[in-house]
Amino acid sequence: MLQIDLWKRVVIWGLVALGVFFALPNAFYTRVEMHNDAVKTIETQGTTAELAAQEAQWPSFLPSGLVNLGLDLRGGAHLLAEVKVADVYAARLEALWPEVRDALRPERDAVGTVRLQPSEAMELRVRISRPEGMARALEVVRGLAQPVVSLTGAGSTDLEVNGVESDIVITLSEAERQATDERTVRQSLEIIRRRIDAVGTREPTIQRQGTSRILIQVPGIGSTAELKAIIGTTAQLTFQPVVGRGSDAQAVAGVGNEILPASDEEGLYYTLEQAPVVTGEELVDAQPAFDQNGRPAVNFRFNPSGARKFGDYTANNIGSPFAIVLDGEVISAPVIQSHIPGGSGIITGNFSVEESTNLAVLLRAGALPAGLDFLEERTIGPELGQDSIDAGRVATVVAFGAVLLFMFLTYGLFGLFANIALVINIALLFGLLSMIGATLTLPGIAGIVLTVGMAVDANVLIFERIREELRTARGPARAIELGYEKAQSAIVDANLTTIITAIILFAMGSGPVRGFALTLGLGIITSVFTAIFVTRLLIAMWFRRTRPATIEV
Amino acid sequence: MRMRLVPDNTNWDFFGRSKLWLGISAVMMVVALASFFLQGLNYGIDFRGGTTIRTVSAQPVDVGAYRAALQPMDLGDISISEVFDPSFEADHNVSMVRIEAQNAEESISADVTEQVRQALATVAPDISFASVESVGPKVSGELIQTAVIAVLLAIGAVLIYIWLRFEWQFAVGAVLALVHDVILTIGVFSEVQIKFDLAIIAALLTIVGYSLNDTVVVFDRVRENLIKYKKMELKEILNISINETLSRTIMTSLTTMLALIAMFVLGGDVIRGFVFAMMWGIFVGTYSSIFIASALLLRFGVKRDWTRPDANSGNQYANIDA
Repeated sequence: MLQIDLWKRVVIWGLVALGVFFALPNAFYTRVEMHNDAVKTIETQGTTAELAAQEAQWPSFLPSGLVNLGLDLRGGAHLLAEVKVADVYAARLEALWPEVRDALRPERDAVGTVRLQPSEAMELRVRISRPEGMARALEVVRGLAQPVVSLTGAGSTDLEVNGVESDIVITLSEAERQATDERTVRQSLEIIRRRIDAVGTREPTIQRQGTSRILIQVPGIGSTAELKAIIGTTAQLTFQPVVGRGSDAQAVAGVGNEILPASDEEGLYYTLEQAPVVTGEELVDAQPAFDQNGRPAVNFRFNPSGARKFGDYTANNIGSPFAIVLDGEVISAPVIQSHIPGGSGIITGNFSVEESTNLAVLLRAGALPAGLDFLEERTIGPELGQDSIDAGRVATVVAFGAVLLFMFLTYGLFGLFANIALVINIALLFGLLSMIGATLTLPGIAGIVLTVGMAVDANVLIFERIREELRTARGPARAIELGYEKAQSAIVDANLTTIITAIILFAMGSGPVRGFALTLGLGIITSVFTAIFVTRLLIAMWFRRTRPATIEV
Repeated sequence: MRMRLVPDNTNWDFFGRSKLWLGISAVMMVVALASFFLQGLNYGIDFRGGTTIRTVSAQPVDVGAYRAALQPMDLGDISISEVFDPSFEADHNVSMVRIEAQNAEESISADVTEQVRQALATVAPDISFASVESVGPKVSGELIQTAVIAVLLAIGAVLIYIWLRFEWQFAVGAVLALVHDVILTIGVFSEVQIKFDLAIIAALLTIVGYSLNDTVVVFDRVRENLIKYKKMELKEILNISINETLSRTIMTSLTTMLALIAMFVLGGDVIRGFVFAMMWGIFVGTYSSIFIASALLLRFGVKRDWTRPDANSGNQYANIDA
């Protein structure tokens, strides 16, 4: 047992060296961070003398992975948003009305005239003047339904169409709702990611949580309000036909119409058709620009299908006004002067240069398909984070020193071996955390401190066992051997049970709790490795060199 | 000269007063539960929704003036407390302002935070917010649920593991000791009304892991001695096993405690509740692995004949000798 094969020794030292190698960058945190930032900037924007100097602060042949600092240590903003998936249902059904109207028009003889009825948000109600033609009407409307494209909804269609007296009631099917929810959340996630990336902060976390939630963490940002300003605006752009204008917000709009305020004129309201001609979803590009009078404006271009719709509408409605609506406000309502065939145009309004630039970014990234509810938000200031880091660092050093001293006083030389292993243990832990790009939080630091305290447990188990075996006077080599052998099962059982709880914590926990579970779990792995392999190797090396007749543990 | 915390070859009787210890634990559990049900826990915003704001100002914190400044805003229940920490400089005065949830689902809006800032600035012009955390009631309800599930799952998983590795009597003894630890820890949080938040759940689970670690080491030795001394009384075996592992138990508890004390004193006020929970848990966990888990094992008895697996099946209570 005290003869350890060469290959084992090589593997053990190799792993230790690897761990220390990967942990190394953390000892030079700010330098490596600067290097990493510089590398990233050079990749995207080319190099400058200053960037090159920053990059040179850390040699590129060394690993540059760092343990990320969590929001509670670095400061930043954390948001948990719920996507209001139901928003999309109403928009889907609204957009269906022109289609239904057009489909029933050729059937006028059988069904009579069709009229949109006011209804609840989750359904579309269409009244036909000849109820006896209901069967035919239902058949036609059902023909509009599309098969649902999703794994769970295979074989079903997206619409449920029923006749209630003389009304056709159209709702979305369950399968379609699920598929829509999925699409909405994914789209929101993607759009939020693009908007945050456009601002260019370091290491944002944008994750989906559960079915309809999105977790956003951005280090270094001043407050959640700022973060919300980046992602919060929906930038829902639509082009809607204008029915009339007036100064009364409470006026009767009529079925299928809505009343929206003008953004630049207090007290002016437009009555608009609810179903838009084109929406911002069909935009392919938007750029800040200036109109012919030199005022800030936004140039936009539609995709082919959007361009066709826009072209057809403008051709048919020359001389009547249409409204450009952004997030429920009419930005402008120009009169169509001529047919606009190319699918591009310009939005003018009372913009500042900054606003027009922002609007262009928002339009380009696409609109959030649905609104967001903010369920949880946390802002941590950078000073508090720095205080926590400082306090954590001092506490770790003191804890470490106390444990080292304690072990040495109790076990002497063997305690020293355990202490070397403990130092290696912490290096390995940091190496592992950097390799997987883990995030260190304040509870994570507590986890490390706890690991320092508990890491010696395996060694204590072994040493106590060696002491016991020494009493039965079998000679030092045999006692060490037996000590390791017999302590094994206790070490395995004790650490496996702790690992089980760490895994459960990691799986069930969120945020800081996960950080704690991760450091605790990895700490157990590295401490068992160092206790069983590294200390044993140290003791074996020492023993072979000195061949003591008696040992004291 | 080596330091010896526990003399070699101790032979202390841990079960002479086992009824007394079990009794004391039972009473403490009753007190903990009574406190939990009567006065409840001081839940943090993680669990009941609402907003906490950590304010920093050069002027000393005047809780009354802060409250008066916020009164006109009509925010519902407000609690304000000053935070002390030895590391704070004289011109670093910190308070925690807690506001109840304003809305059935969502977190607080940025406007409200800004209004609070302006209101407080009338009292302390240089006030700044070191952190603002707001949790909507919708999430906090779920967080409670997940936390409870996590603790139950951990205990369940451990029960199964020990049952597989040992015998069911060991598993039940260990798990009852765990339940004891968790109840006493929650009890302390209720009795002293320390803020109970998500991090405390992490501490609870760590306590579960630690207490178990201790119990398992003792049980491992019991199993070994059961095979070694086939004819010895169970009580005697348990006593020997505890004595043999005693110096390890004390040693590990002390090193862990040392590390935690360093964190408690120097780690800052943000994490203090969390570290306190773990310190208490390690104290209770060490106690329970000897006086609860082993004492219960003694009461349950164990199957002794390891060579013939089913010799006395159906008769596993045969050697209850207490």
